[in-house]
Amino acid sequence: MKLPTLRDVGTEARLLLIGIPVFIWTMLPIYHMFLFAISPKEDAFSGKLWPAHPTLHNFEIVFNQQHYFLRDFWIQFWNSLVIAVSVGALTLFIATAAAFSISRLRVPGGRWVMNFALFTYFIPAAFLAVPMYRTMGNYGLLNNHWALILAMVTIASPYAIWVLKQASDKLPVELDEAAIMDGATTLQLFRLVYIPLMMPSLVAIGTYALLLAWNEYLYAFLLLSKDTEVTLPVALGNFLAADDSPWELLMTTGFIYALPPAAIYYAFKRYMVGGLTAGAVKS
Amino acid sequence: MAITLSNPDHAIPGAPLSARLTTPQVWGIVLLAPYILVFLAFVVYPVCYGLWLARHPSSYVALYNDPIFARAAINTLIFLVIGINFKMLVALFLSGFFVQSRAWIKWLSVLFILPWAVPSIPTILSVRFMLNPEWGMINQIIFKLTGEDGPNWLNDPTVALTMAIVMHIWKSLPFWTLILMTGRLAIPHDLFEAADVDGASWWQKFRFITWPSMRTLYLTCTLLSMIWTLGDFNSVYLLTGGGPADLTHVLATLGIRYLRLDQLDMSMAAIVCALPLVLPLVYFMMKRLSR
Repeated sequence: MKLPTLRDVGTEARLLLIGIPVFIWTMLPIYHMFLFAISPKEDAFSGKLWPAHPTLHNFEIVFNQQHYFLRDFWIQFWNSLVIAVSVGALTLFIATAAAFSISRLRVPGGRWVMNFALFTYFIPAAFLAVPMYRTMGNYGLLNNHWALILAMVTIASPYAIWVLKQASDKLPVELDEAAIMDGATTLQLFRLVYIPLMMPSLVAIGTYALLLAWNEYLYAFLLLSKDTEVTLPVALGNFLAADDSPWELLMTTGFIYALPPAAIYYAFKRYMVGGLTAGAVKS
Repeated sequence: MAITLSNPDHAIPGAPLSARLTTPQVWGIVLLAPYILVFLAFVVYPVCYGLWLARHPSSYVALYNDPIFARAAINTLIFLVIGINFKMLVALFLSGFFVQSRAWIKWLSVLFILPWAVPSIPTILSVRFMLNPEWGMINQIIFKLTGEDGPNWLNDPTVALTMAIVMHIWKSLPFWTLILMTGRLAIPHDLFEAADVDGASWWQKFRFITWPSMRTLYLTCTLLSMIWTLGDFNSVYLLTGGGPADLTHVLATLGIRYLRLDQLDMSMAAIVCALPLVLPLVYFMMKRLSR
């Protein structure tokens, strides 16, 4: 075994000098949330780094909806879930069809649609929020889950189409030709050749749209208002309205709400990192 | 990554497929129709409606006379110019740290992505409580260490805005670090080996190898981050709520504030005022991405 030289030790020390602050910086807000979730109320407000009596009681209160702010917890969780899954499915359908049409069928005007979609992608979502709110009012969709679903599909589709178009441009044209030689119709080509080949990108895009909808706060809070209609993030924001908010319960609910997207992210990291982050910025 | 290298013009050589099919163009239009409908109903209509609402010159006069608007415009500029550039510099630096091959750095990079992977609402609220002057963790630690009371973080407009920027950086730093890491990893390794043989210093390697190959990516990322940050509603709204005394609003939260006050025309006018800043950035990005 070779003893490390002084130089190696110095390099390692310098790396640690960066690594430790990065670790604390990253974990502190998340740890703080976790700390509140496992602390009884007295401990949470004492500023300790570890509670004297860690407990799962807060989770019990949340799951049994035993607090005024939490009386609709399960239905709000369900709302978040339904909306996220619907947005994922609808975006996937719309974007796959559009990408197939633009990239494989070379539909006339497809390039224009792509450019318009890209333009939408670059409009900051908060700028579109106010007109979107009024538009949904005009359509009579306010306080209806469809308002949020359609708004999120609108926001998620442009990027989805762009990524899927980039991916499908790379599929060799000979595949389509061979399928048509064998007598495949356009729909069969779409269903039996295109979809299976695009699977990795489709997983990435479906996850992207699903997480986008699950995490959305601004549109959810503008478009939905009834306690039994809102999604979890809106319910979390509503905690702030009271002066004596039960912060330990707020953090517990927030922790529960944050777990599924984090789990999904790590489960699909392989697809997300390859398909999405690189696609976001074309170097 | 491979996605970024694709080139539509070379991917499908020869005549377009549609020329050899009987009804593909019809199918193309049918398959494109759902998106076109969504686009017309939820992008074109709202945008036109918004512009129509913002048509009165009087709204702009009212905006000009509203000190909160001026403050929000300045805050937005501070957010973009100082906040984003600082964030991108840190991301550039950290991308160099995370490409080091050590087992513990690999593990750290898995944790480092957490702020990006979890929803922003609970973490922003968590930080909001950490900054609570009486009960928050930060001030309690300050009290334990120094025996003095910490600052009232969110009650001072400058500190509160800084905290909103810090919150934004916390949330989006992992994403940009990851992107810049892919840029760094794409640089051929033998360039660095050759530089080592020539005895190049750390700074020379960065100056003559890393930076020239990453410059375009870095600038694109900065612009993109600026466009997106214009719409960062959550960091400001949930941390400071625009307060104290409406001094920490940015354009994104100001629009919602006017909406709450039932001044819809002002809300739209405020957004229209930002368009001269946004549209050139958007145009530039589209030129880059739609090639």
